[in-house]
Amino acid sequence: MNPDAQGRSYGPHEPYEVSRAKIREFADAVDARSFAHRDVDAANAEGYADLVAPTTFAVTIAQRAEFHVVQDPEVGVDFSKVVHADERFTHHRPIVAGDEISTTIHIDRIVSRGGVSTVTTRAELADLDGAPVATVISTLAVREDA
Amino acid sequence: MSDQDAPSYEGLEKGQIVATREVAFTRDTLVRYAGASGDFNPIHYNDVFAESVGLPGVIAHGMLTMGTAASVVEEWAGPGNVVDLQCRFARPIPVPNPGEAVVSFSAAVGNLDDETRTARIDVTVEFEGQKVLMKAQALVNCV
Repeated sequence: MNPDAQGRSYGPHEPYEVSRAKIREFADAVDARSFAHRDVDAANAEGYADLVAPTTFAVTIAQRAEFHVVQDPEVGVDFSKVVHADERFTHHRPIVAGDEISTTIHIDRIVSRGGVSTVTTRAELADLDGAPVATVISTLAVREDA
Repeated sequence: MSDQDAPSYEGLEKGQIVATREVAFTRDTLVRYAGASGDFNPIHYNDVFAESVGLPGVIAHGMLTMGTAASVVEEWAGPGNVVDLQCRFARPIPVPNPGEAVVSFSAAVGNLDDETRTARIDVTVEFEGQKVLMKAQALVNCV
């Protein structure tokens, strides 16, 4: 991996539109059982304007942005040798159906040590007014074969 | 977050278990997660590919495990009330075909902040008696 890529940013690209269908599908996939992920009346009763996304739903948006990093030949990530090392979500507000979210991704850190390189990215998710929605920090470890 | 469904801070104690769950991951679970999340890395559905990159076979998405851990916390915290969630992925969960990988989740109060009325919930996630996530911590604002 190329350490000089540290500090690079990508995006924002075309905004991601959060749909009710995708929230329901994601809730089923991660065994999130609240009706507030499925039924608009239930979401309203919990104080949300529309279906509220499960906690890690933001990864579906962040990973689209991370793809720009993985794909950049000047960063040099061999995707077949990638292992997910850690992940963190900080929610500035819950994501609800109808949100349009634009994401800027930053390469915060690249470290190479003992045949393994790690790249830490930070995806900043914002709404169309530019107000912060979530920060998603992800570290990938890549085996560097000699 | 919404105040309507946030948990009460009063009466919470460090070490208290707030939610537990056992989930059986099957190939079906992985395919559903791949479709829902858009993560189509073939190590999560193709044994030949997984073995070619040195894995024992198809493994679960780390984010499926983390997402399910979040759902266990959310069962207590209420939807939309986990404001921060982090973990390290310590070991993969191989998912056989046919068969299932049974993963256990236990969420307990790890720390309490009286000033902000925030609870740190620590989630223990185990497969075959070994921890698969490390430092799996969620922050929940209580009322």
